[in-house]
Amino acid sequence: MSKRRVIPGFGLSLGFSLVYLSLIILIPLSALFLKAAGLGWREWWNLLTSERVFAAAKLTFGASACAAATSTVLGLLVTWVLVRYRFTGRRLLDAMIDLPFALPTAVAGITLTAIYAPNGWLGEPLAKMGIKAAYNSIGVYIALTFIGFPFVVRTLQPVLEDFTKDTEEAAATLGAGRWVTFWRVIFPMMVPALITGFTLAFARAIGEYGSVIFISGNLPMKTEILPLLIVSQLEQYNVPAAAVIASAMLIVSFTLLFLINLLQRWLDWHKK
Amino acid sequence: MSISIHSISKTFGSYKALEDVSLEVPNGSLTALLGPSGSGKTTLLRIVAGLEFADDGPGKILFHGENVVDVPAGKRHVGFVFQHYALFKHMTVAENIAFGLSVLPRRERPNAEEITHRVHELLGLVKLDGLDKRRPHELSGGQRQRVALARALAIKPKVLLLDEPFGALDAQVRKDLRRWLRSFHDEIGLTTLFVTHDQEEALELADQVVVMRNARIEQVGSPQEIFDRPRTPFVYEFLGNVNKLQQPSGKVQYIRPHEIEVKFAAEFDPREDRLAVVQHLFSAGPIAALSVRLDDGQFLEVEISRKQLDELALSEGDQLALHFAADLVP
Repeated sequence: MSKRRVIPGFGLSLGFSLVYLSLIILIPLSALFLKAAGLGWREWWNLLTSERVFAAAKLTFGASACAAATSTVLGLLVTWVLVRYRFTGRRLLDAMIDLPFALPTAVAGITLTAIYAPNGWLGEPLAKMGIKAAYNSIGVYIALTFIGFPFVVRTLQPVLEDFTKDTEEAAATLGAGRWVTFWRVIFPMMVPALITGFTLAFARAIGEYGSVIFISGNLPMKTEILPLLIVSQLEQYNVPAAAVIASAMLIVSFTLLFLINLLQRWLDWHKK
Repeated sequence: MSISIHSISKTFGSYKALEDVSLEVPNGSLTALLGPSGSGKTTLLRIVAGLEFADDGPGKILFHGENVVDVPAGKRHVGFVFQHYALFKHMTVAENIAFGLSVLPRRERPNAEEITHRVHELLGLVKLDGLDKRRPHELSGGQRQRVALARALAIKPKVLLLDEPFGALDAQVRKDLRRWLRSFHDEIGLTTLFVTHDQEEALELADQVVVMRNARIEQVGSPQEIFDRPRTPFVYEFLGNVNKLQQPSGKVQYIRPHEIEVKFAAEFDPREDRLAVVQHLFSAGPIAALSVRLDDGQFLEVEISRKQLDELALSEGDQLALHFAADLVP
């Protein structure tokens, strides 16, 4: 069974991987589920079907999906500009993309709130147009878009950079205009990367806490997100309830991500 | 359709890719643009295709007398085949081939049935019947290149342009596909221009060979002419093996390895022959190559048949007499 490899060490490295994976991910997650299992099915059911949890879940998953979708479109555009054109300040722009990764999320939240609040730089003109952009679900959406956007760019960038221009040139010599070339040749080849980018932005948005709590206003039933609900349960020393909500959130997120993965597999199998 | 290229220049920044290049490609011919990398051959092909535009100036590209120099690629009706196939990976073979027809404006576009018919016709033409539902990654390199060819032909192009069409294939496939392309060209008679850096390929395949070097055309002619009467030392050296011989006068002369006759040293004739010593013998294959040192210390490559090698019973270190069968060409 022992096959000779050029680079040995499979057993050792797999062992280490499993140990670290257990220490950092599996054990904490099991602890979470164990805690949640302390409550019976009935309590689970009551808790999860309570209006407050339901409203928070709707906001969290809804705003995350909208924000991830916006990030995907925006990210595609920005990546296109970064990869396809050479202009002064391109490297600076490229470096700036990562800022949301590095910035403490609370700082992002406070900054966004200051700008989008009704008396802020952008909030004021928006308010005049009748759009309220902070302390409501729009605010949540703005914060989540800010957070998710770099994931899309960084996923798409290497893929787009790898495209050789001969495929587009082939389309051009065959008589396709730019628009047709984009929609029928370039875009279909980017779909797998777009889905991955969307998934990453979506997953990140579901778990986001720091930036949202400042801009959302945190009104129960209206602008409260699930992570905040969990924190507020913890603050009331209701640890089992927090664990139940967190577990349910994990299960739903995992299912969604798994489904997206399946979709991608199917597309790959279908398209390749 | 004939292609006439009139004084085309192209610069990329400060780099001159083409300098005042003119060329006639006769109707129905198969013409090779041959040269080392950086000679400008691919740039010239891309300018003919409309994928690159020549510098402003008097330059003209005529397709059958009509100037197309400002016409974009999509409106030139050229079939272009790329070195790395450039197939649309997410489409089937049939979808790839049909692409050019499916992007036509609605009133010119054939209906689905006609497109399917045409795709099958083309698949038959490039000998890929039955592969219409495959995706490019399921095909071999040679098959992919033929799909690319069928895709280019689907739009009924006026001329066919191939950029190093066999460059990415292995030697055996390349040879087969080369022969196939020659007979294919004879069958359809489409004016074809292809780029290659492989002199053997150009000489075997083309009616007309254009040797390029440093952004200019060095020589144009039939393969025979180019091989037998190279006009410049560059062409001489670029086409096949050649010996450079320093004359006592200081002039450099050229002679090909197979143009040197080998005799026993005993038959040496001081008026016509030179004496040499065998340094190395390479005798695998039907032709034996000898590396010999002349009496004045210069080294030469000589090719003789295996049969002659056996007759002479040569081994390394033996002395022999050489007679230069062809005149030494300056």
